[in-house]
Amino acid sequence: MTQWAIEATALTRRFGELAAVSSLDLQVPSGSIYGFLGPNGSGKTTAIRMLTGLLKPSDGHVSVLGLSLPQEAEALKRQIGYMTQRFSLYEDLTVWENLQFVARIYSLGFREARKRIQQLLSTYGLEALARQRAGSMSGGQRQRLALAAATLHNPSLLFLDEPTSAVDPQNRRDFWEQLFDLCDRGTTILVSTHYMDEAERCHRLAILDSGQKRADGPPEVLMATMGARVVELEAPDLRQLKQDLLGLPEVVSAAQLGARLRVLVDDRVERPQQWLAGLPQARMATSLEAVRPSLEDVFVTCTGAAREGQ
Amino acid sequence: MNGLRRILAIIAKELTQLRRDRMTFGMVVMIPLIQLLLFGFAINTNIRHIPVAVVDQSNSGLSRVLMQTIAATQVVEFTERYATPQEAEAAIVDATVRAALIIPADLSERVARHPAVGLGSPPSTDQETSRPVAQWVVDGSDTMIAAAIKGLRAMPLQELFRQPANRNVPTFEVALYFNPEQRTVVNIVPGLVGIILTMTMIMFTSAAIVRERERGNMEMLINTPVRPMELMLGKIIPYVFIGFVQVSIILGLGYWVFQVPVVGGLGHLAAITGLFIAASLSLGLVISTLASNQLQAMQMTVFVLMPSILLSGFMFPYEGMPELAQHIAEVLPATHFMRAVRGVVLRDASLADMSDDAFWLLGFTVLGLVLASLRFKKRLD
Repeated sequence: MTQWAIEATALTRRFGELAAVSSLDLQVPSGSIYGFLGPNGSGKTTAIRMLTGLLKPSDGHVSVLGLSLPQEAEALKRQIGYMTQRFSLYEDLTVWENLQFVARIYSLGFREARKRIQQLLSTYGLEALARQRAGSMSGGQRQRLALAAATLHNPSLLFLDEPTSAVDPQNRRDFWEQLFDLCDRGTTILVSTHYMDEAERCHRLAILDSGQKRADGPPEVLMATMGARVVELEAPDLRQLKQDLLGLPEVVSAAQLGARLRVLVDDRVERPQQWLAGLPQARMATSLEAVRPSLEDVFVTCTGAAREGQ
Repeated sequence: MNGLRRILAIIAKELTQLRRDRMTFGMVVMIPLIQLLLFGFAINTNIRHIPVAVVDQSNSGLSRVLMQTIAATQVVEFTERYATPQEAEAAIVDATVRAALIIPADLSERVARHPAVGLGSPPSTDQETSRPVAQWVVDGSDTMIAAAIKGLRAMPLQELFRQPANRNVPTFEVALYFNPEQRTVVNIVPGLVGIILTMTMIMFTSAAIVRERERGNMEMLINTPVRPMELMLGKIIPYVFIGFVQVSIILGLGYWVFQVPVVGGLGHLAAITGLFIAASLSLGLVISTLASNQLQAMQMTVFVLMPSILLSGFMFPYEGMPELAQHIAEVLPATHFMRAVRGVVLRDASLADMSDDAFWLLGFTVLGLVLASLRFKKRLD
């Protein structure tokens, strides 16, 4: 296998006038977890659909596992797994029947399928639910079933489109443990999400906004090089202070977190802490503290829109 | 080999889903059962007991005998009696009766002069003196009712006097083959096979692909190695069995309840029915690839179903339709099946006799399958 599981250059998809994805360059290394981080409508699903061969790119070149799309889409289908954003297995079939159907579609032999399904049921804690219909299961159970079905044929590349959107935090943690297990066994995983904490778990990630890639790289690197520094301050009347600070060109964003205000200051300002303390608007501040940037800060600097501030 | 396995996987999945869907499962049996009993008893073109009124201006023994003679034909039943023709006309307008018999005051003279009675000496043939004995005023909007009453026009009058009718030698002798008792149900039952199969087969399959799309299953399916033709075949094969179950119900009940014989060979019957089921299913699949939701699929099914009922020869003879309508009817699988199944069931025709229709159905199936597979893309755009 090549170094890159997915390579895309200038990948573009237009729906009429709207470019859902424009000029996306992508390199996903084999055996890693790669994240697409972006708000709803940022083109995550469209990008994934192009990479799985479900949508034809309007422009650009894609090569997935060494196969170029869309010409070799059929050959690719055996090697990839895809967990759709919406639950796409049959709600009127039981867990066992769903998995059995998928096994048959991928032409697994009878014994082989039986063994594999047993194995998946125990891996994903679905043994007790084997005879239950998918329609009557909770979000977390369905998600585990969907992951089991997507990995049944041992794909070397797995696409997960917002896999945890209908799942509680505990289930999300367990789910990520399972993803790391898969990754350890050599599976490349591409996962889209709009949760910052999830994105932070990825080996590498790309930040998408309005169909464009704003940044990519390992989360730590992104945080280190985001071009702004973070100061948290405490002061009375934070609402007013926030409005005042947002008026300054050096302030990238300001967001209230309870009794504190998280301010992103452009890194052209040498000492953001002192600079803030010296501002007349912030003279009432009782504490000023430089803090470690989070992925959310990266996201806000990249997309250029302080969403929570406006 | 793998293709076959995938087709079997889809068949097994369809059957499980069908078994879980109690309503649809029930409909498979109930549609042919109820419709057959309903239509078998209800549709009757031999019209009997039409409610009519009488305006008896003669009010004589002769007029009463005339009414009894007419009632004895069982075509009409005198339910109302009015004093004037105007009241009778009003009764026709408000649909109390479908026709009215106006017996004139001079009934006796008219009967006496009527050439058929032969009492007049010499029998008069003059328009002036020989006139019909009474008049029917008929709601002619329903042509079947009108035709039934028109049939009374030449009722022999000899019976009025308890005389044997003259042995008239008919111009033609008519030998009625295949349905000598002229029971409508004999023609209805095999035709109903075509109508019910058109309805259920197209409906089931037209919903089949659309449902997968609506429920989001399609996005998963098109990501698997399954080929369009495999998906199409896997979707329709379960319904072929259902089609045969329905045919057995209709023809079986037709035989036990309505004494409609199945004269032809069962092999021929199975062959022609199989072809029709396949044609209907492939049409359903084409609809399925055109419609974007189940409501649209249902509308398109009705779009095909209505002409299949009205133009296929099920209700009205094909020969009576204008040429344009015949061309339209030729396109419908139901027309070809109607012709062929009546041939096999009632006239012991063989498949060779019906080869034109059989080939047409076969061609339609192949065309439909190819079209549906071509239209079905394993992509979302």
